[in-house]
Amino acid sequence: MTTIENVFSVDQHGYYGDFGGAFIPEMLYPNVKVLQEQYLKIMYDPAFQKALQQLLTDYVGRPTPLFLAERLSEKHGVTIYLKREDLCHTGAHKINNTVGQILLAERLGKKRIIAETGAGQHGVATATVCALKGLECIVYMGEKDIERQAPNVARMQMLGATVIPATSGSKTLKDATNEAIRDWINNPVDTHYIIGSVVGPHPYPDMVARFQSIISQEIKKQLLQKTGSELPTHVIACVGGGSNAAGAFYHFLDDLSVQLIAVEAAGCGINSGMSAATTQLGKPGILHGSKSILMQTDDGQVVEPHSISAGLDYPGIGPLHAHLFKTGRATFMSATDDEALQAAFEISKTEGIIPALETAHAFHVLNNMAFKKDDVVVICLSGRGDKDLSTYMKYLG
Amino acid sequence: MNRIDKLFAEKKQNVLNVYCTAGYPNLESTVEVLAALQANGANIIELGMPYSDPLADGPVIQQSNMVALHNGMSIPLLFEQLKEARATISLPIILMGYMNPILQYGLENFCATAAAVGIDGIILPDLPMYEFETAYKQLFEKHNLKFIFLVTPETSEERVRKIDSLCSGFLYAVSSSSTTGNNKAITNQSAYFKKLQAMNLANPILVGFGIKDKPTFQSACQYTNGAIIGSAYIKALENSTDINASTKEFLNTVLA
Repeated sequence: MTTIENVFSVDQHGYYGDFGGAFIPEMLYPNVKVLQEQYLKIMYDPAFQKALQQLLTDYVGRPTPLFLAERLSEKHGVTIYLKREDLCHTGAHKINNTVGQILLAERLGKKRIIAETGAGQHGVATATVCALKGLECIVYMGEKDIERQAPNVARMQMLGATVIPATSGSKTLKDATNEAIRDWINNPVDTHYIIGSVVGPHPYPDMVARFQSIISQEIKKQLLQKTGSELPTHVIACVGGGSNAAGAFYHFLDDLSVQLIAVEAAGCGINSGMSAATTQLGKPGILHGSKSILMQTDDGQVVEPHSISAGLDYPGIGPLHAHLFKTGRATFMSATDDEALQAAFEISKTEGIIPALETAHAFHVLNNMAFKKDDVVVICLSGRGDKDLSTYMKYLG
Repeated sequence: MNRIDKLFAEKKQNVLNVYCTAGYPNLESTVEVLAALQANGANIIELGMPYSDPLADGPVIQQSNMVALHNGMSIPLLFEQLKEARATISLPIILMGYMNPILQYGLENFCATAAAVGIDGIILPDLPMYEFETAYKQLFEKHNLKFIFLVTPETSEERVRKIDSLCSGFLYAVSSSSTTGNNKAITNQSAYFKKLQAMNLANPILVGFGIKDKPTFQSACQYTNGAIIGSAYIKALENSTDINASTKEFLNTVLA
């Protein structure tokens, strides 16, 4: 039977069960309405698909490898594959979405692109495709994140983007998103807003999830070749807003035998007051245009989260993830700052891959899981760690 | 009769609605600000409920929200303050804010308490028409609270008419596509105001965003029923040591 509990796609009003929608001021309505009406039509137009596939292959470098991590597998007594999104051009999965949205922006006749960024990966991925297409690019980034992700700021500038510091609130991803939305309100005609995660008003969560779904599409194909079955037993991904997790889960959502594990940032510990573990600490609420789970005070003020990784330092999660959490379709776990750091050093030494701090959270939970010998685990290695070197250097023994 | 309806029944031109943030500049100044606005020529008060993430607002109102939250303002506290205010304040009061704090307070409870303390209408810029119509409309109506919608120069005529049919109290015409407190010239927007006037809508029209002084107020009032001032008044209160004097001085520059 099809019930709301086992439907994981969005309805016509942008809802996943209780979560989603488009809670936007009237000033944003015309742009959001056009996207709602056009996104599927444009995305699945054969000429668009052809252009997208070509960019994904020749520019992004897809398909990315599915790598059997032998030493890690041996340690945990299970088969572990790494989906190497860190090998995408610009070093993270974020570009899967930006190549799609830049083509969409072209179709909509937009000349000016805005984006928000936390760790800077989405900002770099946006600046990259804007350079490729010769479009003006403005990236909003929290002042605090500009400090801790300096290499990515330099990359965006070298790519020709203007990086504007968000100085309100906690000066991180949430505030950068507020500023980007305000920019869009002020520039409704010529501007397209490339949201980097599965957040925002409908249709963004679904649109970004679809652009990122190439990750699980490839995993299925690659697993079939390697193991004879396209289904793993577990898929593990970190969740800030949740775009790499949405992409890694997407084509497995209806295969209930596949356990989906989302890993949030616990910061200094879930109950430390310095955390970003939204499902553990949050309640239903509305932020950035959609209803989801949100970290907030009893008065409904959004709280400032904390994570060592700028990309997970966000007080909400995408509405799809809120629905997966509520229905139990995905299991939500967490890793603290220290646990993520430990995992990053371990993966660097055992697999020769320096992961992004965000991704390192996903690796940590291997330690907390009971696997069966025949299990096949896929971890979405969402990004590489070059941008985090200054943080890692502090902990080099 | 709802105070907003009563006002527009008696006054059809140059209606001045002034926005202030509850708990700004000081936690205890809310009622003092309301009294100063009433004493110095405002016709409606739009009282902002501060929020951590006010998306539709520019830097000045954002800052006032931050200050008010830092001062300790909250919806329960605001309702406490308003209980006393109605003894002296007879102007229509509209609460403006964002959805999330109200959801946490509980929408039904919010409407009941707002009505009980004498609130006349609500503005929630992040509650869109679809959500309002399907889930919330009856609740506001049940408590005799007007629900005021925004329209912008980009809103199609068809949509303006649909919004007008759901809207009550007055229609809030945003002067240009922007956040609050912008410097886009509203004097160029007379074609837009004229168009709205010609549509013969059911609701009176007040123009907001970018109204800051006499010329902008008059320009907005030429084809509509009045205008809303927000950021400019918040600025006037910023370093004020005498709220009534600052309010009088500011409103004189608009009305005199």
